[in-house]
Amino acid sequence: MSDVAERVKKIVVEHLGVDEAKVTENASFIDDLGADSLDTVELVMAFEEEFQCEIPDDAAEKILTVKDAIEFINANAK
Amino acid sequence: MFDLTGKTALVTGASGGIGGAVARALHARGAAVVLSGTRRDALDALAADLGSRAWAVPCNLSDADAVNALVGEAESAAGTGLDILVNNAGLTRDGLAMRMKDEEWSAVLDVNLTAAFRLSRAAMKGMMKRRWGRIISITSIVGVTGNPGQANYAASKAGLIGMSKSLAGEVAPRGITVNCVAPGFITSAMTDALSDDQKSRLLGAIPAGAMGTGDDIAAAVVYLASMEAGYVTGQTLHVNGGMAMI
Ligand SMILES: NC(=O)c1ccc[n+]([C@@H]2O[C@H](COP(=O)([O-])OP(=O)(O)OC[C@H]3O[C@@H](n4cnc5c(N)ncnc54)[C@H](OP(=O)(O)O)[C@@H]3O)[C@@H](O)[C@H]2O)c1
Repeated sequence: MSDVAERVKKIVVEHLGVDEAKVTENASFIDDLGADSLDTVELVMAFEEEFQCEIPDDAAEKILTVKDAIEFINANAK
Repeated sequence: MFDLTGKTALVTGASGGIGGAVARALHARGAAVVLSGTRRDALDALAADLGSRAWAVPCNLSDADAVNALVGEAESAAGTGLDILVNNAGLTRDGLAMRMKDEEWSAVLDVNLTAAFRLSRAAMKGMMKRRWGRIISITSIVGVTGNPGQANYAASKAGLIGMSKSLAGEVAPRGITVNCVAPGFITSAMTDALSDDQKSRLLGAIPAGAMGTGDDIAAAVVYLASMEAGYVTGQTLHVNGGMAMI
């Protein structure tokens, strides 16, 4: 669990260029971390690559916060 | 100006007249070029002629799986990410609409438009990451003016223009531009076969008084591929000797 959380946060920090301290589990990509719609697509692609899983569009739409991403990956990644 | 050293380009239809000229021009500006088409011999010959920084990667663009794999294959061949995609391959299946078969419609749409979309989709992923990219599609004057007997072809070429404008808006914040070049009448094996009479009638419709060449199209592609054209996106550059001023 913590491993996934760390890797998710690292990706978010790298992609959005935000301060690590701001990337809390409840942080919303768009509202708190300044992501635009293109950023969210890129994040999903980066998660897919890092965790070797496929995130379908309907699931991707529901990944709004750091916690959403961690939970989805824990439930679906190999 | 217009230096492309360090950039890698994929040119579809590089075995054809315009595509060959485009590949040579990009290569002459320093780009590495991946040449695609279905005729392996023609691609190999062009690659051999260019020498270094050129690879032949055949692909039948009417095969969806093959198209979806092409960008990855091109990147493996070149050993780098893809910076420039030129959607140039195209075919015609002319006929009056009333007699046009579904297969003739879809054969043209599949290669001219759907393959260009699939390749653009695949290429954009890496370009997004690298924050730089150029997607250039070769459309046609008839995509804007229409042409009796070419409902399928004109639709595919108009489709490229609408697609490019949409993609341009999506990826502009990532340093990727998406544009079209629209040739008018360009000399080719097909136009060489016309009679003098037919030619003079055609030329009467071109203010410049001559057909264009592959090099005329290639120059427009080089410009749009360049660093200098970074602020130009969603546009169609018409290269037609004044045949239509739009
Ligand atoms: N010539 C003109 O006056 C003119 C005017 C307006 C627009 N254009 C456009 O310019 C582009 C190039 O035309 P061109 O004059 O150079 O014609 P061309 O010499 O006939 O070249 C067409 C190219 O498309 C490739 N191609 C066709 N079907 C394919 C398929 N299923 N899979 C993969 N590649 C395929 C061909 O590859 P293989 O031969 O290897 O199969 C060839 O390299 C086309 O998009 C055309 O619509 C041309």
